[in-house]
Amino acid sequence: MSHRFADVAAVQQDLSKVEYLCDSGLAGVVYLADRLDKPVLVEGPAGTGKTQLAKSVAEMTGSRLIRLQCYEGLDEAKALYEWNYKKQLLRIQTERDADVGWDEVSDDIFSDEFLLTRPLLEAIRAVDPIVLLIDEVDRVEVETEALLLEILSEYQVSIPELGTMEALQVPLVFLTSNNTRELSEALKRRCLYLHIDYPTMEREKEIVLAKVPDIAENLADQVARVVRSIRRLELKKPPSVSETLDWARTLVLLGVQHIDADVAAETVNILLKYQSDIAKANKELATVEGIEP
Amino acid sequence: MTAYETDLPTLPVEAGDPLLDLLNGFIAELRAVGIPASLTENLDAMEAVKHVPITDRETFKYALAATLVKNQAHWKAFETVFEVYFSLRGAQYEIAADDLEEADEADGEIRAEGDRGSGGDMLSPEELAEMLYRALMRGDSEMLRAAAREAVRRYAGMEPGRPVGGTYYLYRTLRNLDLEGVLERLMDAEQHTDGDVDDFDLRLRRDEFELRIAELKRQIEAEIRRRLVADRGVEAMAKTLRKPLPSDIDFMHASREEMASLRKAIYPLTRKLAARLVRKRRHGRAGPLDFRSTVRHSLSYGGVPVEPKFRHPRPHKPDIMVVADVSGSVAAFARFTLHLVYAISSQFSKVRSFVFIDGLDEVTSFFEGTDDIAEAVHRVNTEADVVWVDGHSDYGHALGVFWDNYADDVGPRTTVLILGDARNNYHAPESWIIKALQQKARHVFWLNPEPRSYWDTGDSIVGEYAPHCDGVFEVRNLRQLEAFVDRLA
Repeated sequence: MSHRFADVAAVQQDLSKVEYLCDSGLAGVVYLADRLDKPVLVEGPAGTGKTQLAKSVAEMTGSRLIRLQCYEGLDEAKALYEWNYKKQLLRIQTERDADVGWDEVSDDIFSDEFLLTRPLLEAIRAVDPIVLLIDEVDRVEVETEALLLEILSEYQVSIPELGTMEALQVPLVFLTSNNTRELSEALKRRCLYLHIDYPTMEREKEIVLAKVPDIAENLADQVARVVRSIRRLELKKPPSVSETLDWARTLVLLGVQHIDADVAAETVNILLKYQSDIAKANKELATVEGIEP
Repeated sequence: MTAYETDLPTLPVEAGDPLLDLLNGFIAELRAVGIPASLTENLDAMEAVKHVPITDRETFKYALAATLVKNQAHWKAFETVFEVYFSLRGAQYEIAADDLEEADEADGEIRAEGDRGSGGDMLSPEELAEMLYRALMRGDSEMLRAAAREAVRRYAGMEPGRPVGGTYYLYRTLRNLDLEGVLERLMDAEQHTDGDVDDFDLRLRRDEFELRIAELKRQIEAEIRRRLVADRGVEAMAKTLRKPLPSDIDFMHASREEMASLRKAIYPLTRKLAARLVRKRRHGRAGPLDFRSTVRHSLSYGGVPVEPKFRHPRPHKPDIMVVADVSGSVAAFARFTLHLVYAISSQFSKVRSFVFIDGLDEVTSFFEGTDDIAEAVHRVNTEADVVWVDGHSDYGHALGVFWDNYADDVGPRTTVLILGDARNNYHAPESWIIKALQQKARHVFWLNPEPRSYWDTGDSIVGEYAPHCDGVFEVRNLRQLEAFVDRLA
C-alpha cells in the first residue's frame, strides 16, 4: 500500500510550498491521517484556516477537492446519492408499448445510469486522488451525522438497490467544525482530532509576509505583535488570521510604515467587528500598564 | 531538553514493550482525570505511535492528542499528564527503574547542563538575577530554560521524599525571583534606551515581556515537576497533579487560575447553549391538527382535506427574574449564572436581575444597552448597593425588600430563580415570602452551589424554603449549570 507522504517533515515542507504555514503538530496529524486511513476532524476559532487546510492539502498532493458544505436540513439526497426520478420515468414511458416484464424494468431503472452521485458518493467512486472536505459539520442535526458514519469508518456507501459501493482508493477526509454544538461521540471516535488555534506571533508574521505582497518585514512584525496583544484581551470575537491579513493589506495600501497609537485606533475596525471590542481595544492599548497575564 | 530528546531510539511497539506499558498507564491516567478515552481510541493511539518517531516529542504529543483527546477543553489536562509521563522522564522509559538511581541520574544531568550554561558550579544570586534579566531581555529560550533550572535548584529547596506539592516549591522559587521587579526593570530599560517610544509601543513591549515571563514560569513549573517525578515516580506525581476539567470545577472553591479557565470555558458554552436552544425551538415537535386551517385549505380541493395543517407550537418564552446572593463564597456562582442567563437572554421574553447580601438592589440596568456581559457582571460586583446592616447574608430581609418593591411585577408568566446557599446567619428565614411568590409566579427555582450533603447543616436553611419552591437544585459546576439552564429555556 502506498502512502502519500514520506514523513512529517515532508508534509510540513510541502504545505509551506503551497503557502500554508503550520507547525509540526498539525503536519503530524495530516501525516497520520494518511498512514492510519482516518478522517481528520478540524476544530478551532473561525478564520484560522480550517477549510484552507483541506484546500492546501489537495493542492499539495495534486488531488481533486470534493466539498460538501453542511447546513441545517442536509439530507441523504444532497449528501450521498439520489435516483434520477425523471429519467427513470422517461425510461418507463419509452418501454410502455414494448413487451418488457416488470423485473427487467426494475432491474434497469435502478442501475448506475439512473444514479445521481452527490459529493460523498462521488468521493468514494472517484478513480483519481481525492481530498474530501466536509465543511461545518456542526451545522447538520445530530441525526444527519449518522449518514456520515459509514463512509468515515469503512469508506463505503450502501445503496439498498445496488448493494455496497466500496472506495476505489481511500480519500483524505477533512471535517471542519466551528464547535457550535457538541458532535456525537460516534463521529468523534472515528476521526483524528485536530484543534487549530491562533498562530504564534512568529508564525503569524510569516503568514503575513507570505500572503501580503510588498509588505515590509518590520511592518509585518508590528502587525503580528499588535494582533497578539489584542488577542490577549477578553473580547467577544478576537481577530482571526484572515482579519489580520486584511488589516495588513489595508496598512500597505494606506502607505503606513510604522504603526502608532493613532493608526491603530483608526484602522482597528478591520480587526474587530463589535463596537464594545473596539472600544475596549482602544482603551487598553492606550495604557502602558498591561492586563493581568 | 535536548539531552534526553536526541538519544532516544524509535522503539518498535510489541507486546510487553515498555512503551506499550507506559502508554497503558498514560491512558489510565487520562481516564482518571476524566477524559473519556474509549477502547477504539486507545487502539488508534497504539497504532499511531508506530508511525511517528518518539524522538520528535511535539509530533508524538500531537499524535496521541489527535487519537485520544477529542475536546479542546480537555487539552490542558492532557498536556499535564503528557508532561509527567513523557517529557519529564530521564533517558530511559522503564517505569520500574529504581527511583533513587533515577533521581541521582537526573541530578547529575542537571548539574552538567548547569555547568555548561553558566561556567561555574553555583551562581551567586546576583549573577542569576542578571542571567534571568538578560534572558528575558533577549527572549533567548535556551538561556531562559537554563535560568529556570538554576532558579529551581537554588531557591525551591527541594528535598527528596518531602510530602509537599509542586505549588509550594513554585511559590518559593517565584518569591525569590521577584519577577514583578524584573518586569519593571525591563520596562525602565526599554524607556531609556530608545528616545522616542510612545505609550502604544511600550504597551506592546510590555506584552512581549509578560509573555516571556509567563514562559519562564512554565519552565520553572516544568523543572519542578521533572524533579518531583524523579523523586516520587510517575503515578504518584500524576495523581498529585490531577485537576478537575473546567466543566467540573467547583464554583465555591475555585482557585484564581481555575476561575480564569472557567471564564474561558463559559464563552463557548453559552454559544453552544444558545445554538442548541434556537434549534430546539425551531425543530420542536409538530403541534396538534389545526382543524380550521385544514378545512380552509380543503376548499381548493373541492372540500377534500388533502393537506392536513398543523398548529405551530409556540413554546412559551419565560419571563425570568434572577435573585442572586452575591456575598463572599457564593459570589462566583452568582456571577457565572448571571453571565449565562444574560448570554442566552434572547431565549427569554424578559430578564430582570437582583442581587443581595442583606440588602437588595436591582441590577437589570447594568446589562441593558451593553453587549459586554463580563463588564456588566463586573459592575454588579462593584456598584450594586447590597449592604443593609453588616454585610452578612440575611435572606429574610433581602426577600422582604424584594417582596415590598417588586412583588407586583411577579406574574403568572414569571419564573423566579433564587441563587444562594441559604446560609442565613441565624436570621429570620421569612419563608412565607417564597410561598407567596410561588403562588403568584409560574415557577420558583432555587439553585444552591453547595453539595447536597451540606444542606441544612449549620446555618443553612434550604429546608425552610425548599417546600415552597418548584425545584431546588444543586449547581456546583458548569456542567450542572448548563443542564439546568437547558431545562429552563
